[in-house]
Amino acid sequence: MKLVIAIIKPSRLEEVRQALNSLDVHGMTVTEVKGYGRQKGHSEIYRGTEYAVHFLPKLKIEIAVDDAIADAVGSAIRDAAQTGRIGDGKIFILDLLAVTRIRTGETGASAL
Amino acid sequence: MSFKTSKILGSAALASLLLALPALGQEVAAEVPAAIEEVAAIDTGDTAWMLVSTLLVILMTIPGLALFYGGLVRSKNILSVLTQVFAGFALIALLWVTYGYSLAFAGPSEGGLSAFIGDFSNFLLGATGPDSVSGTIPELVFVVFQLTFACITATLIVGGIAERMKFGAVMAFLAIWFTFSYLPIAHMVWSGAGLFFQMGALDFAGGTVVHINSGVAALVAAIVLGPRLGYMKEPIAPHNLVFVFIGASLLWVGWFGFNAGSALAANGTAAQAFLNTITAPAAAALAWALGEKLTRGHASALGAFSGAVAGLVAITPAAGFSGTFGAIVLGAVAGLICLWAVVTLKPMLKYDDSLDVFGIHGVGGIAGAIGTAFVADPALGGFGAEGYALGGQLVTQVLAVLVAIIWSALVTLVALLIVKALFGGLRVSDASESDGLDLSTHGERAYN
Repeated sequence: MKLVIAIIKPSRLEEVRQALNSLDVHGMTVTEVKGYGRQKGHSEIYRGTEYAVHFLPKLKIEIAVDDAIADAVGSAIRDAAQTGRIGDGKIFILDLLAVTRIRTGETGASAL
Repeated sequence: MSFKTSKILGSAALASLLLALPALGQEVAAEVPAAIEEVAAIDTGDTAWMLVSTLLVILMTIPGLALFYGGLVRSKNILSVLTQVFAGFALIALLWVTYGYSLAFAGPSEGGLSAFIGDFSNFLLGATGPDSVSGTIPELVFVVFQLTFACITATLIVGGIAERMKFGAVMAFLAIWFTFSYLPIAHMVWSGAGLFFQMGALDFAGGTVVHINSGVAALVAAIVLGPRLGYMKEPIAPHNLVFVFIGASLLWVGWFGFNAGSALAANGTAAQAFLNTITAPAAAALAWALGEKLTRGHASALGAFSGAVAGLVAITPAAGFSGTFGAIVLGAVAGLICLWAVVTLKPMLKYDDSLDVFGIHGVGGIAGAIGTAFVADPALGGFGAEGYALGGQLVTQVLAVLVAIIWSALVTLVALLIVKALFGGLRVSDASESDGLDLSTHGERAYN
C-alpha cells in the first residue's frame, strides 16, 4: 500500500477530487498548510509598514491507495492540479505499512 | 461646544445655588420655581437630540473604538485591547461623575487657578439634580454628554500602548492622566474661565481637548514603553481588518453625535456640523486612498478607513465654525498630512505607536486646530464672529496647540513614571508578551 501526499494550489482541489473520483478513489484527507518552494511570497502593506510574506497558502491532500493504482493516482493528481505556473506543488509517495478501518476493524487492502 | 458656555455656567450656577438650599420642604421649593422658569426653560427638542448625541458618542467608544483597535492588533491580543477600552470607559465614567465634571466645569469664573481648573463644588454631582438646567437642556444631559468625551479621550491612548502594557498599569495611568491632563485641558478650552476660552481659541467639539491631548499622550507613552518585541523585525500585521472596518464605520456614524451634538442644541449650527462631519472624512478617505495609490501602488482598505478617521479628527475643532467647502478642503488636507505622518514620520522617528494614535489623532488634531483658523474665516465661508482676524486667530490657535502639547506630554510622562514605580514596571514580561496578553493577562482566548 502507498500513502500519496500532494501539496497543491487551493484552487485546484475540486479538479483533483473529480479526477480521483473517476479512478474510483473515494476518500482523502485535506489540510490547509503554508509553504514555499520556488514560488516567492508577496509583500503586504499596512499603513505604510511593509511586510514580506514568505509562506503561501497551499492544500495538502493525503490518500491511502493500493500499490497497483499508486502511479495512476499520482498522474491523475498531477494532471488535475497543474496550472503551468510556479507554485503548482509536489507529489510524494510513501510506503504505507498498515491500515485499519476503525468502524469494523478490517485491516490491509480491504480497509483502503 | 459653542460660546454658550458662559451662559450655561451662569444658569448652572444659579440652579446649583437654588438646589443647595437645605431641604426644608415644599415651602422653599415653591418660592423658587418662578425664578428658574424665567432664567431658562428646557427645550425638549434640544434635549432629545442631546440624549441621542450622547448615545452616539458612547457607541463610538464601545464598540467603535474597541473594534477599530481590536482588529489592528494580533489575534492573541484582541481581548486585551477590547478590555482596556471597555474597562477604561467604565473607570473614567465613574471618575467623571465623582469629581471630573466638577473640576472641568464648576468653580469661580476668575481668580485663583480658575484659568486652569475648576473646583470640587460639584463633587459627586452634589449641586446637580434632575431639575438643574444647562442652557436649554437638563444639566444632567450635559454631564453625561461630556462624560462620553472624557471616556473616549482616555481610551484613545490605549492604541499607543497596545500589546505590551500591564492591565492594572493601564487603568492606573488612565485615571491619573484623566485627572491631570484631560480635566485641565477640557476646563481651559470649554469653561468660561478657562485659559484657551479667554484667549479666544476655537475648538468646537474637542480637537484639542480630545485628539491632540490623547495623541500626544499616546506618543509619549509609546516612547516611554518602548517598542513591541519584534517591531520592525517581524511582521505584526492587523489580524482582522473587517473589525477595523466595523469600528471605523461606528466611529464615523457616532461622530455625528460628537460634532453635531457639540452644538448643544438641535439647530442650524448642529446641521452644519453634521454636514461637515460627512464631507470632511469623505474627502480625507479619498485623499488618503489616492495618496497611497500614487506613492505606494495600492489604495488600501485600511488606508481608506484611516483616512476617514483622520478627516473626522481634523474637522472636530472646526465642525460648527466651518462652511461646507472649507470642511472638504480641511478633510482632504488632513487625510494627506496624516498619511505622511503614519507612513513617513513614524518610521523616521522610530517610535512604536502601535495603532497610530499620534499619527491620526495627534497630527490630525493639530492640523484641524490650525486649519480651524482658516475655515472659520467668514471670508472663506466660515462662521467666525464679527471682525474676524485670520492672522490673530491663527496665532491663538497655534498657541493653544503648543500649550496643550506641552501640558499633555509632561503629565503623561510623570503619570507613567508614577505608575511604573507603583507597578514595578509598565510592561508585561517578554514571555507574557509573546504568549499574548489575552492569555497571560486575562487567562482567555478570543478564538476557540
